[in-house]
Amino acid sequence: MPRRSDIESILVIGSGPIVIGQACEFDYSGTQACRVLSAEGYRVVLANSNPATIMTDPDLADATYVEPLEASVLTRVIERERPDAVLATLGGQTGLNLAMELWESGTLTANGVELIGADAAAIATAENRELFKQAMIEIGLEVPRSGTARSLEEARSVVERVGLPVIIRPAYILGGSGAGMAATAEELNEVAAAGLAASPIGEILIEESIAGWKEYELEVMRDDRDNCVVVCSIENVDPMGVHTGDSITVAPAQTLTDVEYQQMRDAAFGVLRRVGVATGGSNVQFAVEPGTGRQVVIEMNPRVSRSSALASKATGFPIAKMAAKLAVGYRLDEIPNDITGVTPASFEPAIDYVVTKIPRWTFEKFPAASETLGPSMQSVGEVMAIGRTFAESLQKGLRSLEQGRLGLNADPAESAYDHLSDRHLLDRARIASPDRIFQLETLLRRGVAVDTLAAATGTDPWFLDQMLSITEGRLELGPVSPESLDRRGWRRVKRLGFSDGQLAHLWDRPEPEVRAIRLAQGIRATFKTVDTCAGEFEAHTPYHYSTYEDTDEVVPGHRPRVVILGSGPNRIGQGIEFDYCCVHASLALRDAGYETVMVNCNPETVSTDYDTSDRLYFEPLTPEDVTNVIEAEKPVGVIVALGGQTPLRLAGLLPPHLILGTSAASIDLAEDRQGWNNLCARLEIPQPAGGVAADLDQARAVTARIGYPALVRPSYVLGGRAMEIVYDDADLAAVMKAVKATAEPGALAREGPLATERPVLIDRFLEDATEVDVDAIRDHRGEVLIGAVMEHVEEAGVHSGDSACSIPPTNLSPPTVAVIEDYTSRIAAALDVRGPLNVQYAVKRSQVFTLEANPRASRTVPFAAKATGVPLAKVAARVMVGATLAELRAEGLLNRPALSDHVAVKEAVLPFDRFPEADAVLGPEMRSTGEVMGIDLTAGLAFVKAQLAAGTRLPAEGTVLLSLANRDKPLAVEAGRILASLGYVIAATAGTAAYLRSHGVVVTQDVVKIGADEPGHHAVDLIEAGQVQMVVNSPKGPGPRADGAHIRAAAGRAGVPLLTTGAAAVAAAKGLRDWKTHRPAVRTIQEYHRGVHANQLRLFGGPNRSDGSGP
Amino acid sequence: MNAATARLVLADGEVFEGEAIGASTVAVTGEVVFTTVMSGYQEVITDPSHAGQIVSFTAPHIGNCGTNPADSQAARPHCRGVIVRDLTRRPSNWRSTETLDGFLRRHGVPGIAGVDTRRLTRHIREEGSMPGAFGTADTAALEAAARSEPGTAGVDLVSQVTTAEPYTVGTGPGRIVAYDLGIKTTMLRRLGELATVTVVPADTSAADALALEPDGVLISNGPGDPTRAGGIIGEIDTLLGAGPVVGICLGHQVMALALGGRTYKMKFGHHGGNVPVQDLRTGAVEITSQNHNFAVEAGSVPGVTETHRCLNDGSLEGFTVHGAAAFAVQYHPEAGPGPHDSHYLFAEMDRLMSTAADPSAR
Ligand SMILES: Nc1ncnc2c1ncn2[C@@H]1O[C@H](COP(=O)(O)OP(=O)(O)O)[C@@H](O)[C@H]1O
Ligand SMILES: Nc1ncnc2c1ncn2[C@@H]1O[C@H](COP(=O)(O)OP(=O)(O)O)[C@@H](O)[C@H]1O
Ligand SMILES: [Mg+2]
Ligand SMILES: [Mg+2]
Repeated sequence: MPRRSDIESILVIGSGPIVIGQACEFDYSGTQACRVLSAEGYRVVLANSNPATIMTDPDLADATYVEPLEASVLTRVIERERPDAVLATLGGQTGLNLAMELWESGTLTANGVELIGADAAAIATAENRELFKQAMIEIGLEVPRSGTARSLEEARSVVERVGLPVIIRPAYILGGSGAGMAATAEELNEVAAAGLAASPIGEILIEESIAGWKEYELEVMRDDRDNCVVVCSIENVDPMGVHTGDSITVAPAQTLTDVEYQQMRDAAFGVLRRVGVATGGSNVQFAVEPGTGRQVVIEMNPRVSRSSALASKATGFPIAKMAAKLAVGYRLDEIPNDITGVTPASFEPAIDYVVTKIPRWTFEKFPAASETLGPSMQSVGEVMAIGRTFAESLQKGLRSLEQGRLGLNADPAESAYDHLSDRHLLDRARIASPDRIFQLETLLRRGVAVDTLAAATGTDPWFLDQMLSITEGRLELGPVSPESLDRRGWRRVKRLGFSDGQLAHLWDRPEPEVRAIRLAQGIRATFKTVDTCAGEFEAHTPYHYSTYEDTDEVVPGHRPRVVILGSGPNRIGQGIEFDYCCVHASLALRDAGYETVMVNCNPETVSTDYDTSDRLYFEPLTPEDVTNVIEAEKPVGVIVALGGQTPLRLAGLLPPHLILGTSAASIDLAEDRQGWNNLCARLEIPQPAGGVAADLDQARAVTARIGYPALVRPSYVLGGRAMEIVYDDADLAAVMKAVKATAEPGALAREGPLATERPVLIDRFLEDATEVDVDAIRDHRGEVLIGAVMEHVEEAGVHSGDSACSIPPTNLSPPTVAVIEDYTSRIAAALDVRGPLNVQYAVKRSQVFTLEANPRASRTVPFAAKATGVPLAKVAARVMVGATLAELRAEGLLNRPALSDHVAVKEAVLPFDRFPEADAVLGPEMRSTGEVMGIDLTAGLAFVKAQLAAGTRLPAEGTVLLSLANRDKPLAVEAGRILASLGYVIAATAGTAAYLRSHGVVVTQDVVKIGADEPGHHAVDLIEAGQVQMVVNSPKGPGPRADGAHIRAAAGRAGVPLLTTGAAAVAAAKGLRDWKTHRPAVRTIQEYHRGVHANQLRLFGGPNRSDGSGP
Repeated sequence: MNAATARLVLADGEVFEGEAIGASTVAVTGEVVFTTVMSGYQEVITDPSHAGQIVSFTAPHIGNCGTNPADSQAARPHCRGVIVRDLTRRPSNWRSTETLDGFLRRHGVPGIAGVDTRRLTRHIREEGSMPGAFGTADTAALEAAARSEPGTAGVDLVSQVTTAEPYTVGTGPGRIVAYDLGIKTTMLRRLGELATVTVVPADTSAADALALEPDGVLISNGPGDPTRAGGIIGEIDTLLGAGPVVGICLGHQVMALALGGRTYKMKFGHHGGNVPVQDLRTGAVEITSQNHNFAVEAGSVPGVTETHRCLNDGSLEGFTVHGAAAFAVQYHPEAGPGPHDSHYLFAEMDRLMSTAADPSAR
């Protein structure tokens, strides 16, 4: 069937903030969908709360709602826009769940909105594990034995039937959150209770454990003519029991015979047909018993997924784009294959390389969490690597992770397990962890047999033997010298994926020397093409990967080329925001006549869509790999300032004349403590007092000079890694010891080649200061554009990435803002910035201190762009290649910021639900995974929306429990006063209650200390009894698990909104005040950018609304 | 690890470096073709249709699952040699009984590994499949050998692979006579579900075949040039007059020739498990398993309805014969290796046979 003409407008639901289990792959898929639907002439209405996405760029949809992804809000959007259809299969689990909610509540039917892609019945069958299993049995497929339970008793009786060990999963949850294994009755109680609590419908599925079986996924597509294709098969290196999102996976599947593969393929299509996915992409997961080949179906997702993003990048077959086309009526055979141009999309890609995906975790941010991998996903990002063989792609993948590893071995960290006996190490390897791959390598290097390791870990012997070939290669290379290696030897080494860095380590020679000897032997990287067809047809998309073969397929370009270095794997502190900047750079430079060359290794992103840039190189971001690309492309320059810290670190290692924008020397100057201090002194810009220390004595000397509290951190880290606030000498001693300990391999060193000899930085910690972020751009003529001044909600001390902030500033006085803008301009000039600059300030009693400056695009650039309507990243990219702001203004790229009365609030989204052991407090170390934006006509409304979008529904009424540290008590008074006036019941712990009362706030309920002998309820009891609707608790400094930690943990478990700073409490109170007096409204960002006047605020009749409905 | 250096040289002088695997050889020659299948190397290597050919795999890792007694498509491999990027040393699969290397040695099939097979694929894509030679001989000797190799056009390969004597397989209710032009085990298994199958040599006369009173006749797949497939072409007319006839791959080409159509040698053929074919009657697309270097010229066959077309290049993939209970397809509905999308054609054959057997249903 051709394009449907009976529908005109389509609502696309995005996936909201980046969280563990749902990352920027849905920006990639959603962006493709919006582009396709617009190109097909539909009116596209988009809802997504995440401002850092490409899909929420105002030109990607006709109406873009950056509003909370929540049923009541979407209902308003639907009533306002009246779309004909909703496409929910491209917005992850969030989009799917929302569509189901809207369908179940009758909203879709009432508004005449059709669900396209997958209908409600299909979604229900796939998502309800019990229904799904019945359906599978019906079509003759095997599934693990199982049962559902809605209580602990039911859980026990199911286990009597299926037997321990079991895997327990909450119903209706993404990324395996809340899933766990239970091998004993005690574990059963624990995991079942957690699962029941986590499921939005209070239901768990209990299933026979088949941990240790081989795990596979097939990415399949179906059109409405029932044509089905497998786009890609994926095999997990880690067996069943480790979530696929946490597994090293390989495409295509490697250890299935054709007979077994075709059986799986038939089953996958059977699943699709039975579940009833009318059109689009789905993924079906299978397990295979290694000894018998028995196949069982694990689950299917009736939507595009993280794996489909991976499959798209792995094959060149754009699943999301196809899914969007199929949803509006096209058939696979009616859609051309972009890459060949001549063949149709109704085929199955043939792959002539091996793709390896490796997850990246951030356990070091949550020290309390055990680094054990299981059925619940914990990784925050991933890399993908392409090689002609598994060995090559594995080593490329490992060095793409940027965790200090140069490959599988042959680097300083390869000796990390030298102190462990074989038996101890094998015991460690039995338990899945991020380090298992290296543990296995070490055991192989010591001669432990492949079969022993396979039996202990469930890793297929094929993968182990491939790893063994790397290990053997390493052992053979050790004794030889680079000069003695002949051409054939060199070729073999490079084909095993060894980097020059690994060889340099092995031979104890400088890397450039190794490279030179290699090149002299004629061994250089060749680039092959990802073409969907294994070379059978000519490819028209230059999507390349490096390998060591005879010939190269790079075709010389015609226009000047610019290489844009991406940001690598997502991690806390460096995520989608930087990809957004890189994508914008590519778009802007393409428009300006350059040929853009993207280099990145993150399969989730829009930047690694072969459509985004003129050329795409799927490569690790290391000096060697980037140099290979530069040699192949001969660009006029390289952009290092938009991909976060990753490319910035490479700046100094690339030819200086190729660095576009700010010079490597200036980048260094901003990073170098002494240089930066001198610069600030010269400019007479105040900084917090500080100093550097190599040991405890020096540290004491610094604090003696600057006083406590002080902030201590290792130099050259990102995201506030390992930063601590110390209040006295004892704290200082403890922290200094901890910082030194992080120098051990494996711990902090994971962050990358962190020079542990670098000193520790100590600054006076500015208490109760307001933190401010500024994004600016300076051109080579010296004009500075202030993109946005952002006032943080939380005080300085909460990492800028974890705090809420608003544009425009809501409390800063105009003179203070002027000072900030002036400092920013002067810093930009002093650093001779040519491009983006981010400066952070702390304002204390109207005095402005600078905290740091980074001559690169910051995390806040996309938020600032969405809030102001100015395409900052595009402007920055153009400035970096030499345009002036004046020229860009004349050209129309640089527009004036939106003249509107709106306030935009960014809020961070934290992963504490994944790490229940960690205390949910904010500090100078960043721990958020994503962000949302709330936008409205008052700061309060925007704040409440931002909270809602981040998953915190502030209560409309009820009891608010206040328990704050002394320094926050004045803020508690302000918040308490407002909340009491709004009719909330105030409960408080003793100290806070006394303080509030003494300042005239009515406290209705006194809460006693946990474990105290006094009569009355303690906080945890109250929370667990459902008698508290919101908790404000700020930590009283480090220490043992004090009351506060218990209160926060209880709030987390009970799902009660929790605010951990006084400032956030005040913002929430003000927000609720606005919320109660104003009618909720949704508007598009296109409207805001055109200008929305404050007179559009609509008040309720009276000052207080009486219907009791909350946000 | 220290395998002997080997080279592959094509008839046009293109040289590829690698190392010797499988049975040792100084120089082996054949027509070099590439296949894009990602699973089923054992099936490919043992497919009689590859007689006279050296098969290069685009998938880089070959041998991962070893080999097993069940998956071979014939009693022994028929290709002349195997080209791979990487030969698995340690296979892993529950059914594996032998490494691929051991299997190749045992059957005397030489191979070459470590080759930039993508370069080879792209070269054949541009220049067409051509003779080649590989082994441990020097480049000049290999080039000379490659040049003197006749390739497959105009060569009778069927007689090398067809059965010497008739034999019977299968337990299905019907009776099928299968002309063995290079038939595959998987095809016999499929047919055996429908019928008791008598497999006859390619030069069996129609009279002898019909004397077995079959409910249907299958003309199998096989290697090489259909114009050199032998006497079978002259027998088709009689067979068509007597009852249902189904042609597969080479059988499809042979039927087309018998009906007055034309065949031609393709540039590099179709060898893979991912070829989209559209059923022109319904619009449905099936992903097919294919292995052929010759094809039937679309529009050249009188008295047929063209039923299937390749969506990649528009080539003819199937037809039904007017006035006869007969159809033919260019691809492999039996799969092995490859997708099962075309299994419906066996039901189709079954239907033809039961309709023919039951005059009241006509
Ligand atoms: N029955 C089981 N036994 C052991 N491990 C399992 C079982 N079912 C699933 N798993 C593991 O848990 C992971 C998550 O399960 P899955 O059903 O895919 O849920 P989701 O992907 O929705 O979180 C799988 O990737 C697999 O490794
Ligand atoms: N002197 C200080 N006083 C108070 N807070 C500070 C001070 N220095 C840093 N911070 C806090 O620590 C956070 C992280 O510090 P920053 O220098 O920005 O490191 P990063 O490079 O990790 O962003 C800041 O966002 C701020 O909240
Ligand atoms: Mg899953
Ligand atoms: Mg910072």
